[in-house]
Amino acid sequence: MAFIPHTEKDVADMLAAIGVQNIEQLFEEIPANLRVKSLSGVPTALTEMEIGRLMLTRAKADGLPLNFIGAGAYEHHIPAAVWAITTRGEFYSAYTPYQAEASQGTLQLLYEYQTMIASLTGLQVSNASLYDGASAIAEASLMAVRANRKSKSLRILVPTTVNPYYRKVATATAGNQGLRFEEVPYSPTEGRTLVDALAKYEGQDITALVIQQPNFFGVLEDVDALTDWARSRGIFVIASVNPTSLAMLKPPGEWGSGGVDIAVGEGQPLGVPLSSGGPYFGFITTRMEHVRQMPGRIVGRTLDLNGKPGFTLTLQAREQHIRRAKATSNICTNQGLLVTAATIYMSLMGPQGLERVAASSHARTRELITALARVKGVRTAFNTPCFHEAVVLLDRPVAPILKSLEARGILGGLNLAEHYPELGNALLVCATETKTAEDIESYAKALSETLKAAKAA
Amino acid sequence: MSNVPADLKYTRTHEWVRDLKDGTVEIGITDHAQHALGDLVFVEVPEVGRQLGAGEPCAVVESVKAASDVYSPIAGEVTANNAELGTTPELINQDAFGSGWLMRLKPANAAVLSELMSPNEYQDVLKAEGA
Repeated sequence: MAFIPHTEKDVADMLAAIGVQNIEQLFEEIPANLRVKSLSGVPTALTEMEIGRLMLTRAKADGLPLNFIGAGAYEHHIPAAVWAITTRGEFYSAYTPYQAEASQGTLQLLYEYQTMIASLTGLQVSNASLYDGASAIAEASLMAVRANRKSKSLRILVPTTVNPYYRKVATATAGNQGLRFEEVPYSPTEGRTLVDALAKYEGQDITALVIQQPNFFGVLEDVDALTDWARSRGIFVIASVNPTSLAMLKPPGEWGSGGVDIAVGEGQPLGVPLSSGGPYFGFITTRMEHVRQMPGRIVGRTLDLNGKPGFTLTLQAREQHIRRAKATSNICTNQGLLVTAATIYMSLMGPQGLERVAASSHARTRELITALARVKGVRTAFNTPCFHEAVVLLDRPVAPILKSLEARGILGGLNLAEHYPELGNALLVCATETKTAEDIESYAKALSETLKAAKAA
Repeated sequence: MSNVPADLKYTRTHEWVRDLKDGTVEIGITDHAQHALGDLVFVEVPEVGRQLGAGEPCAVVESVKAASDVYSPIAGEVTANNAELGTTPELINQDAFGSGWLMRLKPANAAVLSELMSPNEYQDVLKAEGA
């Protein structure tokens, strides 16, 4: 398909046809105080050669550190074939095409993605993706408000153990639409949310409860008890899950006696590189009974006029091109390219491959925790099962220690002081299958030396 | 010319109202409305006990080509909804004024019934819309 930009003459002809002097006039109805006067922070355009040079310099500044940070984005091995296939011309697009049915290959890929994600989460239906794991919580909360017709309160319970960045995005996105996100505190000894903490909501009108598994501390929540508590009270359950972990852990569709209502998550671990925080993609799945309240595009399989199988966008009456202001969401496109990579990643790994990644990440993290806990001045924060991340406590402030480690080429983890000051000198560490026994040993050694040096100083 | 039964009241937004003479009314969408929407694939009816204001969106009818809100013609409390539509939305296409009813309502003020459109007035609306 040719991309031909408008020439100045095209623009002039179009303006003349509708009787408008200039493009600026088209925006006159937007109040002046809402208009951005200039984009002073945006530098002037660079040539491809210049931008290539700039990016190389910046990438060099990052170096190749040994990374033990997780906290929502995880460094996994991505087989070379994933992006070699993803960047082929047939796949290389960020969008579902506007003439969707003309692109049967893209639709088939999205259909297969939906099938895999639905199967991974143990629910019946998936959309074609959302922006990221954080906005997915906001979309799931808005969806719960629409689908949970017994609840009128717009109150969403969000445990403090849910990723703090997700909580912030959910409030920013859905807070102005009347939703109230209320924090549920965690057990300071176990690092997870106890059903007892929910007792105070007994008898109140609550729309939904969010449960993150594993939670932000890497700890496994008692998802069965939490799910049953909520669903027996007519409260929707929104699961926020790590897709890799689902190769080892029970899928949200099987939590408690009846499973959750909606599952969401960050898709990055499935073949998407860390790349400074994005772009990633989010996923959302639900039960068939709630499909009309699910946001985003859905690809279905059907038969054409000649009885041959084909793919099509389905249930489009939820979407903004039909329902306008009453659409389930303004999400109309998706993170197509990232979803393509994830689908190819999942196909190449297969269930066994994903299981090995999950098991290996879990084993490496246990080795890491054991190695770090042997260091003088370090102990584990919670004695609760975890997946591939855990909190360790240092005997002094974390920030300077991380800085020293960085100077030695090690990203030692995420300092929890900003979001969880009550934990003291807490550090969130992660190891995936990409870390070897030597990597873990050299981190423990560096931490030990850094702490000793800090004590001596 | 669309089918416009003489014993019903109507709205400009293509709902019909039947006085059941037991203190409640039955509400649905007109034959003209179902025809304009095409084959219905999904209907969402209001919950029993819900208090509706006049003109408030109370149901959604979705066809293969569009989804539309249905507006409550008068204020009142929902006393029944047509659960059959959950599995057989096509009842509205087949029998819009009968088995395709959406809900029954206990009017907050029965007197407003007389303010709704008569069959003749509704015919004029359809004529004006070119139906």
